[in-house]
Amino acid sequence: MAEIRFAGYGGQGIIRSGIIVGKGASIYDNKFSTMNQAFGPEARGGACSSQVVLSDTKVLYPYVTVSDVLVAMSQEGYDMFEPELSDKGILLIDEDLVKTKPPRGKIKSFSIPSTRLAEELGNRVFANVVMLGFFTAATKLVSKEGMEKAVADSVPERFIKHNLRAFQKGYDYYK
Amino acid sequence: MKANPRDVNSGTYYMDGDVASGYGALAAGCRFIGGYPITPSTEAAETFARIAPKAGAVFIQMEDELASIAAILGASWSGVKTMTITSGPGYSLMMEAIGLGAMIEAPFVILNIQRGGPSTGVPTKTGQADMMQSRWGSHGDYEVIALSPDSPQELFDYTIKAFNLAEKYRCPVMIMADECVGHMSEKVVIPPAEEIEIEPRRLYDGPKEKYLPFKPDQDLVPKMVKAGDGYNLYITGLVHDEKGYPIKNQLEKGKRQKLPTRRLVDKIRLNADKIIELTEEGMDDAEVVVVSYGISYRVAVRGIEKARGKGIKVGHLRLITVWPFPDKKINELASKVKAFVVPEINYGQIVFEVERCSHGQANVVLVPHGGAGVHNPDDIAEAIEYAAKEKKKIRKVIEWKTRLEKFVFEGGCKLNK
Repeated sequence: MAEIRFAGYGGQGIIRSGIIVGKGASIYDNKFSTMNQAFGPEARGGACSSQVVLSDTKVLYPYVTVSDVLVAMSQEGYDMFEPELSDKGILLIDEDLVKTKPPRGKIKSFSIPSTRLAEELGNRVFANVVMLGFFTAATKLVSKEGMEKAVADSVPERFIKHNLRAFQKGYDYYK
Repeated sequence: MKANPRDVNSGTYYMDGDVASGYGALAAGCRFIGGYPITPSTEAAETFARIAPKAGAVFIQMEDELASIAAILGASWSGVKTMTITSGPGYSLMMEAIGLGAMIEAPFVILNIQRGGPSTGVPTKTGQADMMQSRWGSHGDYEVIALSPDSPQELFDYTIKAFNLAEKYRCPVMIMADECVGHMSEKVVIPPAEEIEIEPRRLYDGPKEKYLPFKPDQDLVPKMVKAGDGYNLYITGLVHDEKGYPIKNQLEKGKRQKLPTRRLVDKIRLNADKIIELTEEGMDDAEVVVVSYGISYRVAVRGIEKARGKGIKVGHLRLITVWPFPDKKINELASKVKAFVVPEINYGQIVFEVERCSHGQANVVLVPHGGAGVHNPDDIAEAIEYAAKEKKKIRKVIEWKTRLEKFVFEGGCKLNK
């Protein structure tokens, strides 16, 4: 079982990221997953988070209690959810947007300039997909094939290629 | 009868509960939804509006909730399956016409994705505080059926079941989900149409001149016709006889001993065993039974695991059907167990039903939650532990002090010290 938290601002694709990971795991990898989201009344700019529980058996309790992975795309999201991260957890951040505190426990920390890489690809809306590629390579919780199918399945048809390129960019950055 | 393939978008999806309910409504054969979109139920309305036209169904965004429910009652008598979709504030506005729907025995479904708090409350967060309103919200005697799904898959499955029950018993059927379940995404399998059982309308097929719109069959439910097909129809909210005519004069002449509204109550109460759906787990040697519904069922599972880890024998009774309430089941359990623990996202609603049916035989512990979130499973575990240890019979509902309540009312808020 793995508990994953994505945190950032509305508009960054935080909830979509949760959906893609959940879909990759439960539709294409044949595991079980539950995705929950938290957002405020505003459509853009407000603090926003999503959580995914992955499991080999049916997920009963659907919420993150201690996260195994925290993906932070904003300082506020990092500050709010860092305490929830397990001592042995994995932390993934957008290095241009988040300043981290000194490391704690055995947390493995990885950073990527996901928004900047997305801008290089032509549009910062791909930042979350770059991050998902990075996430896939760093955590290995969901198969690369499953994630790619889930990405392709979750974006408008004419943008599938762009998104898969963004995904690959994030995936390769991990090496 | 099997579902129409035109209405069923078979496949495997990753979707949230609201969306699943929209698909479920269409699969059940719903032809009309009149609604006034409201968070956190909007996605259900959007989904139906998007998929309905291809199947020849209609979604109309009405001017408000009063119009929404009035429109679906009319549509129902015109012969189609109908539903409306709402959340707390809209639900309150619909109360008057829910009574009308019960009175004119229109089959209809209401999807209520509950939010937290009274009034406008917390639109994007959860609550389970509309449960009693569902049962008693409109005036006068009537009964309803209310279901409480706990996952997107169940929102699909039980939306279909809600339509089937509405057709079978011709009463208001509420799907009492909540924001957590509505906005939670999981895998949803929509089966092929031939695997979906749907209940057709009970249509009258006798001679036109002999049709009595409110003459019940043996199971106390009358047969319907479609308004506009040339039958003599008089449909009113006034108490009416089998023809549908108001019975004031007959009452004055002393001709009738009992009001026909008795049947509105009896058709559900006497069929309760057929309607009620529950799940039970770990009951055989249980000392304490947790009674839960909706999202709280899934949260309670974690609390129960923790309590079992400490050697406590806990059973779990899940109410899939909340109304009619499983009186008999609770009463039967009450004679065998020490206590019930009821976690719900309100300050006590279903817990009082449990207390009523327990008739003082077992202690009843409420684990409350004010809304906008779910319980900390540790609170449920500790309440179970307490309930298992308590030797005294306590003749009232015991309110467990949760971490959140202690924080808010004993630490954070001076007024309540």
